[in-house]
Amino acid sequence: MRKLALDDEILLQVDKAARYIGGEVNSVMKDKNSVDIRFAMCFPDVYEIGMSNLGMMILYNMFNEREDVWCERLFSPWTDLDQIMREKKVPLFALESQDPVKEFDFLGITLGYEMCYTNVLQVLDLSGIPLLAAERGEEDPLVIGGGACAYNPEPLASFFDMFYIGEGETSYDALFDAYKSNKAAGGTREEFLLLASQIPGIYVPAFYDVTYGEDGTIVSFRPNREGVPEKVSKQVIIDMEKEYRAIEKPVVPFIKATQDRITLEIQRGCIRGCRFCQAGMIYRPTRERDVETLKASAKRMLQNTGHEEISLSSLSSSDYTQLKELVTFLIDEFHDKAVNISLPSLRIDAFALDVMSKVQDVKKSSLTFAPEAGSQRLRDVINKGLTEEDILKGAGEAFRGGWNRVKLYFMLGLPTETEEDMKGIAHLAERIAEEYYEIPKDQRNGKVQINVSTSFFVPKPFTPFQWAGMYSENDFVEKAKIVKNEIRAQLNQRSIKYSWHEPDVTILEGFLARGDRRCAEVILKAYKKGALYDAWSESFHYSIWKEAFAETGIDLDFYTLRERSTDEILPWDFIDAGVTKEFLIREWKQAHAENVTPNCRQRCSGCGVKQYGGGVCYESKN
Amino acid sequence: MKVRIKFTKEGTAKFVGHLDTMRYFQKALRRAGLPVAFSGGYSPHMIMSFAAPLGVGTTSLGEYFDLELTETVPTAVIEEQLNSTMAEGIRVVSVCAVEDGKASKAMALVAAADYLVEFRDGKEPEAPWKDKISEFYGLPSISVIKKTKRSEKEVDIRPFIYEMELQDGKVFLKLASASANYTKPELVMDTFQNWLGCEPKPFCYQVQRLEVYADTGSEEKHIFVPLEALGEKVE
Repeated sequence: MRKLALDDEILLQVDKAARYIGGEVNSVMKDKNSVDIRFAMCFPDVYEIGMSNLGMMILYNMFNEREDVWCERLFSPWTDLDQIMREKKVPLFALESQDPVKEFDFLGITLGYEMCYTNVLQVLDLSGIPLLAAERGEEDPLVIGGGACAYNPEPLASFFDMFYIGEGETSYDALFDAYKSNKAAGGTREEFLLLASQIPGIYVPAFYDVTYGEDGTIVSFRPNREGVPEKVSKQVIIDMEKEYRAIEKPVVPFIKATQDRITLEIQRGCIRGCRFCQAGMIYRPTRERDVETLKASAKRMLQNTGHEEISLSSLSSSDYTQLKELVTFLIDEFHDKAVNISLPSLRIDAFALDVMSKVQDVKKSSLTFAPEAGSQRLRDVINKGLTEEDILKGAGEAFRGGWNRVKLYFMLGLPTETEEDMKGIAHLAERIAEEYYEIPKDQRNGKVQINVSTSFFVPKPFTPFQWAGMYSENDFVEKAKIVKNEIRAQLNQRSIKYSWHEPDVTILEGFLARGDRRCAEVILKAYKKGALYDAWSESFHYSIWKEAFAETGIDLDFYTLRERSTDEILPWDFIDAGVTKEFLIREWKQAHAENVTPNCRQRCSGCGVKQYGGGVCYESKN
Repeated sequence: MKVRIKFTKEGTAKFVGHLDTMRYFQKALRRAGLPVAFSGGYSPHMIMSFAAPLGVGTTSLGEYFDLELTETVPTAVIEEQLNSTMAEGIRVVSVCAVEDGKASKAMALVAAADYLVEFRDGKEPEAPWKDKISEFYGLPSISVIKKTKRSEKEVDIRPFIYEMELQDGKVFLKLASASANYTKPELVMDTFQNWLGCEPKPFCYQVQRLEVYADTGSEEKHIFVPLEALGEKVE
């Protein structure tokens, strides 16, 4: 039996000790002496969150299929254990072998959201790896980042040896092979990084120099040595049958993960082109998986895990062309076996309602709409195809089917937003309530409950809104107040509940999302002052960050409030994310003209991803 | 068909809590492909009953749960199928068929349990303790103060200690474990240490549960039988 890295006394003191023991069903054990490469794969948040991440599980599975690689997992120790490990100087370890991370060849870190950045530093720190890549030696693991936030890796550039831009399926084999051959040839860390920088999708920040002008914007961004490419290309797989690495045996956590279920990825990308949505841009082109493959995969994964629920994963399930067939199969095959079927990101229509009534208790479930903006004008600006008519029609049908709970998601602070747009949120909620009360009393199910929730808009790299300015904390609070007061002024205000996100964390997210290399100083300072688990409201302390800004002299407003000019060199411009800058500028202008751009199936808008040679761009030509 | 499943929990699995152990078996039963019976409704659950919750950090050679199946399966097959899909530290050691009916629910049957308590390295009492066990066990009454949220009251735990003796440097305990009459090994050991005049050190015990019993005798004369002995093998 394995010996744990933490002794019993520590494990008995911390909350949910099973987070740290490994040994779950389907976790992979290998003999460390019979592999060439040991890879520690980290999701820098608590175990239950990290174990719900599909990307990490895909790579874990894929790496371990190589006989010469043993990939293990690790997560951020929760704050209780964090403190003990610092006091007792216990090095951070990977779950499977329980060996210290420092002994590994690679430490891979998934960057799913900006607010995990201080946890990245925690993981490095507890592992005993120098926080700054420049200070690492031959014996330290190579630290590589990937995931959505790697599309602007610059704020983290000083902490990483490499970043992987795009889908992991394509280049990791080449990276591992290069590592082995460099090691065999007695090459140094730097020599390996030079080899790595020439592999498609790999970005080695140390090999690029950035200069800034007097106004603080970037003047130049260039490789500083021979052979390093000027642009790093995002990686995508095109053949979803041959290149896709389906997970056969997902690890089954002992403790309840946030997503305690099978996640079946049905497609990548999204045809919709909402202008605020980063995922909708960077994961282009839309590529569907084969429905027969998915059926077989669902069956095997349920068999191999024993999970009670299966969830379909995609950015917009309703756009999957074989959805009806897949869902019908899942219900017919598994519903009797007490397997729950969960369908997030589904557009509410007759089909969705029919499915939902079969798989869930109507009385207990609620309908979710994400109009994102309160007025049709602003929905046109953001290119959100959902109309008020769609919402009222969907809600009306649902109400007649017995539902009486509705969730509505909006964003405040979108470009061009006016007071009328904000008030529109309240008006839309009111009209939904009215729709409900038009149903005769004996045919409806008690009172309607409408939950309106707003978040504040954060401009993200590689979206048409990447140039947009954000608002100040006070402006955000004002906006939420306008919505709140307008909701209170509605006839059915008692049926409408309103909640909004805190503006401070949003501002920080905005800073990190579009930051450059200089921002690393603030992250480091905040971490040293105790910032950790910033994604958790209970442990997020804006005051720490404010001090960090003051002490480093870095101007938060420069990164958040400022609207960029389209000819400014942006920190992430060195990445070729598929969508061209010309397309993004065109969309930015179309937004201001309040013009809608059709989705990829209606008409190609020439975004640039056709270069990959597959997916929805070629659908009609097959 | 109603079956009683006995399993062990050793090594790292001792850090998996009671509720997570239940969840673990729900998933394991599905992986094993057994014809498990479900309750009705929108969120059906398996019809199962765990005998006695085991605290985090305690290992066990004798854990039990009862389970309802929709059809008869040879007990050896159930054991084999479950063991083909167990995690490290958890093993099914016996499966037997038990009579249907509420009265045979595993939890309601529990009357006593055996434990083996070991002091962790460096956590032994300062005073000599090994030859004091029989004297402590011989006391006519052992009172402890039980604190609840509202009050404190004195309880005599001596009647709940059925056996206590030294075995290879460890302390063997047979303790009452019924829902009304019960005591815990840690409480007995803390009380023993206090009686010796020692302050128990934090995290000083490694406890192992050995077996869980039903009582087929009477208040006056207990006849403790392991829960698995109340069922039979089915071919």
